[in-house]
Amino acid sequence: MLIRIIIAAVLLTALQFIPADGALRLILYLIPYLVIGYDILLKAFKGIKNHQVFDESFLMAVATIGAIALALHERSGDYTEAVAVMLFYQIGELFQSYAVGKSRRNISDLMDIRPDYANVEQDGKLEQVDPDEVEIGTVIVVQPGEKVPIDGVVLEGASSLNTSALTGESLPRDVKEGDEIISGCINMSGLLKIRTTKEFGESTVSKILDLVENASSRKSKSEEFIAKFARIYTPAVCYAALALAVLPPLVRILGLGLPGDWDNWIGRALTFLVISCPCALVISIPLSFFAGIGGASAAGVLVKGSNYMETLSKTKIVVFDKTGTLTQGVFEVNGIHHSELEDEKLLEYAALAESASSHPISKSIQKAYGKEIDRSRVTDIQEISGGGVTAKVDGNTVAAGNDKLMKQLGIEYISCHSVGTIVHMAINGSYAGHIVISDVVKPHSKEAVQALKTAGIRKTVMLTGDRREVAEKVAADLGVDEVCSELLPADKVEKVEELIQKKSEKEKLAFVGDGINDAPVLGRADIGIAMGAMGSDAAIEAADVVLMDDDPLKIAKAIKISRKCLRIVYQNIVFAIGIKLLFLALGAFGIANMWMAIFADVGVMIIAVLNAIRALFVKNL
Amino acid sequence: MKKTYKIDVDCANCANKMEEAAKKTPGVKDATVNFMALKMIVEFEEGQEPKSVMQQVLKNCKKVEDDCEIFL
Repeated sequence: MLIRIIIAAVLLTALQFIPADGALRLILYLIPYLVIGYDILLKAFKGIKNHQVFDESFLMAVATIGAIALALHERSGDYTEAVAVMLFYQIGELFQSYAVGKSRRNISDLMDIRPDYANVEQDGKLEQVDPDEVEIGTVIVVQPGEKVPIDGVVLEGASSLNTSALTGESLPRDVKEGDEIISGCINMSGLLKIRTTKEFGESTVSKILDLVENASSRKSKSEEFIAKFARIYTPAVCYAALALAVLPPLVRILGLGLPGDWDNWIGRALTFLVISCPCALVISIPLSFFAGIGGASAAGVLVKGSNYMETLSKTKIVVFDKTGTLTQGVFEVNGIHHSELEDEKLLEYAALAESASSHPISKSIQKAYGKEIDRSRVTDIQEISGGGVTAKVDGNTVAAGNDKLMKQLGIEYISCHSVGTIVHMAINGSYAGHIVISDVVKPHSKEAVQALKTAGIRKTVMLTGDRREVAEKVAADLGVDEVCSELLPADKVEKVEELIQKKSEKEKLAFVGDGINDAPVLGRADIGIAMGAMGSDAAIEAADVVLMDDDPLKIAKAIKISRKCLRIVYQNIVFAIGIKLLFLALGAFGIANMWMAIFADVGVMIIAVLNAIRALFVKNL
Repeated sequence: MKKTYKIDVDCANCANKMEEAAKKTPGVKDATVNFMALKMIVEFEEGQEPKSVMQQVLKNCKKVEDDCEIFL
């Protein structure tokens, strides 16, 4: 293609210096014209056969052949215009396919986390196999410098992992025997033996790649608008061209009694055809979204579709879940008060009673107990939603839970003054003391809330199932505007619905959670953001935007990325449509000729494409 | 049922035209063409045989854009 462009350009330049007349001149000019445009003519012909009149090749063919015919008719011998228009059109096409191909590669390089092979040990030798062929439970070996190909558990060895391709976070993460390990990380220091727990197709790395690749299939409103516009635009311009060629001369002849001046008006009409292709517009919008999604994923923010990118940019209210989002969700037992038994004993009962629960609070009690839990000592475990648990331990009825549970059971309890989650204990119906558990606020939470405010978020709300004192203290520390505490999971959905009702249609509400048992809320909000999702399928499934690590600062970053992307989209829409309309007007008045029209057309496209690629750069947001 | 096909097409507007053409093909419930990823996602109607429907989709796409390809 490039060669054809060069040949045609050289020929065209040379022809300017060759004095030739009449038929010879036409034939000489037809050589570069055909060199550069034969495929367009061919396509135009096929288009007619298939009744595709508004095909861009057809329009270009009509415009250029029309220009040649006009030159013949006028005997001006000015064929340069037709050849040049075709030439620039082809340069534009070439640039476009280059730019699109380049950004496709750029973005796939950014997401270059696909492992090519897995090492399987066979007869003492390492063999490289296709990760697709590795079955669950196989032991694979990952050497320093290699990517972890499949999710699994470390059997042997310790190392630090570079997770930057997944999370955008440069701090290495340490793993040792027994730790879970996620595919896509790069093993930096030691040799690791891993027992795979998933197939390659189900592994984190495959899921993420799949998600990012398919994200641009969910089209945004802007894209739909452009597709509709393009459908109307081309026919409209063509009919306008036809009208321009026929009506003014007729009016001149019939109405004003002047000569028709057909050549002039047909020339203007042909200029219209040159601008009739909506390509700049149609290419730059999906390209902007694609680049934006690519750039975001390089920063550890996965946006699941162009439509979500659009919604995210309109976010004005951010609702947080507290635990695991603003706080670390790692609870620690901080004290045991008013215990009727030995502290150890009380903790033991609590740990046993809570042994079936995976709630972070239960986990922390089990951790504080520190010994192996013998589940055969526990029977009749009942979880009381939003309250706690009751169970029989060694034949004693044990109740562990909050104030509500104690009230429900009619047991008098002693309130605690420390801030934290209080687990009251009752054994055989009498109060036995309480355990104080508190959660730690994440180091960046306060900054994150500040960053959101600076980014123009109107309101921040924190929802939590925790007690009011705890919730209010955390909220005050972090600078969150509104708190709703002591909520059951179902209440959170209601609360979010209430907030959605209260706001205006244009403002969007984002809910940020950790993806663990807040899937319904993630689904109900205008946009659901799950964080710390590395390896959590449920979160990746339920959310619209996934933050790969659990740094709350990324929320503001995600919003800023989406705003930049949308800004570029709007710039391109306004710019491309504006320039086209301007040149249509100039063309109609005979100010712009075909030369200027093709320059405008190709120029707009190049600028729009370059602008679109800007969405890729998100580092400094 | 949804299926994804790799496609080849070199202009964005043509991709939109292919999407239109695919949507209008009998047996296709919905279709999306992702120009950037060069993929076509087709949702078939109940009880339709994807293979034969896709032949028709390819034919219709060829009609609107001669240069396109769907890898079936």
